[in-house]
Amino acid sequence: MMKPLFAAALASVVGLFAAQPLTAAEGDADSQVEVAGLPSSAVKVREHRLDNGLKILVKRDDRAPIVTSQVWYKVGSSYEHGGITGVSHALEHMMFKGTERLEPGQFSRIIAENGGDENAFTGRDYTAYFQTLAADRLEVAFELEADRMRNLALPADEFAKEIEVVKEERRLRTDDDPEALVFEQFNATAYAASPYRHPIIGWQSDLDVMDVETLRDWYRMWYAPNNATLVVVGDVEPTEVFALAETHFGPLDAGPALQPRPRAEPEQRGEKRLLVAAPAKEPYLLMGWKTPALIDAEQTWEPYALEMLVSVLDAGSSSRFSRELIRGDRLAASVSASYNAFNRLSGMLLIDATPAKGVSVEALEEAILAQLERLKSELVSEQELTRIRTQLIANKVYERDSVFYQALLLGQLETVGLGWELVDALVERLSAVTPEQIQTVAQRYLTTERQTVALLVPQPLEASDGSAATAMIGSNDDVR
Amino acid sequence: MFAKPTRPGLERGLLLLIGLGMLWCQAALAAPKIQTWQTAAGAKVLFVAAEELPMVDVRVVFDAGSARDGTQSGLASLTSAMLTEGAAGLDADAIAERVEAVGAELGTGTDRDTSFARMRSLTEPEAFETALDTLTKILSEPTFDPAELERVRQNRLTALRLAEQDPGDVGQKALYQAIFADHPYASDPSGTAESIAALRAGDLRAFHRRYYGAGNATIAIVGALDRAQAEALATRLSAELPSAGPPPPLPPVPALAQAQVQQIAFPSSQTHLYLGQPGMRRGDPDYFALYLGNHILGGSGLVSLLMEEVREKRGLSYSVYSYFLPLAQPGPLLMGLQTQNAQAEAAQRVLLETLTRFIEEGPTAEQLEAAVKNITGGFPLRIAGNSKIVSYLAVIGFYDLPLDYLEVFPDRIRALTAEEIRDAFKRRVDPSRLAQVAVGGVTESNASLTEPMKADALIEPEGDGSVAEPEGAGAAGGQG
Repeated sequence: MMKPLFAAALASVVGLFAAQPLTAAEGDADSQVEVAGLPSSAVKVREHRLDNGLKILVKRDDRAPIVTSQVWYKVGSSYEHGGITGVSHALEHMMFKGTERLEPGQFSRIIAENGGDENAFTGRDYTAYFQTLAADRLEVAFELEADRMRNLALPADEFAKEIEVVKEERRLRTDDDPEALVFEQFNATAYAASPYRHPIIGWQSDLDVMDVETLRDWYRMWYAPNNATLVVVGDVEPTEVFALAETHFGPLDAGPALQPRPRAEPEQRGEKRLLVAAPAKEPYLLMGWKTPALIDAEQTWEPYALEMLVSVLDAGSSSRFSRELIRGDRLAASVSASYNAFNRLSGMLLIDATPAKGVSVEALEEAILAQLERLKSELVSEQELTRIRTQLIANKVYERDSVFYQALLLGQLETVGLGWELVDALVERLSAVTPEQIQTVAQRYLTTERQTVALLVPQPLEASDGSAATAMIGSNDDVR
Repeated sequence: MFAKPTRPGLERGLLLLIGLGMLWCQAALAAPKIQTWQTAAGAKVLFVAAEELPMVDVRVVFDAGSARDGTQSGLASLTSAMLTEGAAGLDADAIAERVEAVGAELGTGTDRDTSFARMRSLTEPEAFETALDTLTKILSEPTFDPAELERVRQNRLTALRLAEQDPGDVGQKALYQAIFADHPYASDPSGTAESIAALRAGDLRAFHRRYYGAGNATIAIVGALDRAQAEALATRLSAELPSAGPPPPLPPVPALAQAQVQQIAFPSSQTHLYLGQPGMRRGDPDYFALYLGNHILGGSGLVSLLMEEVREKRGLSYSVYSYFLPLAQPGPLLMGLQTQNAQAEAAQRVLLETLTRFIEEGPTAEQLEAAVKNITGGFPLRIAGNSKIVSYLAVIGFYDLPLDYLEVFPDRIRALTAEEIRDAFKRRVDPSRLAQVAVGGVTESNASLTEPMKADALIEPEGDGSVAEPEGAGAAGGQG
């Protein structure tokens, strides 16, 4: 199965709570391209801006009598600086802890009583809140979201408890997960200055000293209608949605309209390598190369070529990684590639892998690099590109099975500064990428100078006091 | 609930909208119209026509879950994993290329009750024909090539070792063992290193012959097909399946004789705590009462009683939940949380006290009303989308639930009283006979977890219910 276009972006957000039992992720991304041979079903996205600067996007989808409402704020961990990392995510948690008018938890209870699903997530480039409801309940969501956009209470006693929840979340997601630990250390090493070096959830020491005043300042800086996008997809009439939005969000005052400081990553001038020792049974390899994003690419085709390059390697069971590294040469138990052209700042193309039994992590790294060399020396076949284009077109249809992901893509593109209109052009731009362009970006960006490599060095699990985790760097204890 | 009314407008608005909720709940919502028939070969078919999108979802479910492994743990799971690795003269590369070249998706999986295959394709003729032909081949004529099996086996062993480095996986496997002891539900579908190492291609072939029979198959179809096309699809899918009929019913699940406590030392900063006992089966007479009661107790995300007591009031865990997993025979009632090691005992006490009090007292009128509103008001969300509907069809068909299961679901929920829920919990959940597993670092303060639990102290009631858990989860999961 082809990975959704935004799989990497979704994998790297931190949600407010985990549903149990966990549900499978659905496809995402959307646009309204004409699909050859298929009925045209272009649904126009309607856009409207309130006087206070709130941008509203509405897409009608009347397949089911439901609606999803999402508020996207332009703030996330890449807006943060050292000492306050994790503040965006902690604030996201506190958005459920009451306003000047509502008790802590009351927001969630009202949504629940109206049959709604809700959650929130924080990424590097955005913080988003969403409710999915029966279509006739949209006003409930608007009323509540408008209220907490400007009137958050941030009670100190609630914060004292909630920051402990966040610390538990960090233990769960990062501290006790060896591959997540590698990812955190990898980012902190690969990026010298870019705020993408911060973990979204924040460094432990920053969480230890975080206080509610820091959150209050952060809230005042970024939570305002002119720094937000309201996205609504479902069985609704756009003009009615605009009127409803005017009623509830219209009275809000605009905020200071700040821009995050542009902390550009300096050019990397040579390979970086790191080892991460943690209790684990299997080694793990994570590699990355600094690459441009659409927002700052000198050549706008380059990020699209990088997206297609990643699909050649890893867009389902027929792509090169599965076919050659897992099945053919049997070097990897799992291996995947990811890249996101649609970040706010330029980032990295990533490859991560677990070696097959009896294969050293060094041999696997060599085989991955050989795959990249092949992309530089040989043109990708027309057959491979045709298959990927077909998958892109089919996915456009499949994605319309979910209003949530249709809204997600609009919100994300708008919030990172690319503009939602891009949604209509994505398949076309990706499909226009040539074999020569893929070869060019491989040669230009997948170089040793731009490369960072992290290895997980498994430590014994048997020690129950955790002290073994800090010892024995360099001795590869992957034999049971 | 509506404290601090400083701006009357907002309060009035919210109350008004909630009032509307009651009216809306009475309105009938059209559940999807299910057509059903049996193919000539003996497969049961459930079909919902969904013409809006030019795509089709198919799910084929067999009574071939890990409960049919016998002494060969992991046999069902490895058999289903091998289906896409070769069939009818096609190797794994050819299968992947065929399916993905037309933009289709194909996957297989195994849980305790079932093995299943799923397909998603455009209805465009060439894509649909190729996808259906490939699905038919992998189900009817799998190769089980020994060399390919060896590769899949080695990667399965790696996956088992990765699960050993995850305290959550370790805990959940141990809990199932504790709850189900000698019953086939005790073992994990993924098997053990020893059992996987012992499996031979002949074992898989025999398993396929015995359990992938047309008479043992349920075919669920949702998409832009008419009845004749759906019939043709089902006939073709089932025509060449093995002739074996359904296996005998699984043995009943005995209740736990006594409480059990297991402490597994693990070098993690958190203790993962799991509690459970045999719960209910699909079609259980107490199903709706237990479902609704659990929704209030721990199945409704942020607003559940457990979330309120453990996270919102005390900040002890990021995630805490309870659920019944209804299976052909009673599946587990399962509760879980994660907290830093030093707090494990405190969190365990709150979890147990909350459960005990809920069994004693049942829900309050307010909790019941809120949960009913959430489930009935949110019902359109559960059935919005072909992927959700096809999962429901598979569950309804496989477990022989009445065809009007979805249609009457809101009414059955609305009809329940607090006393019926209390009575069902009192009869069906016994807190003095819970299996408990704690995985984590042993510290001085949580060492007493190894002692039998006490649940005498009471805590003050608070909170209410919402957000329904996915109903179709029964036949989902496994290795996709």
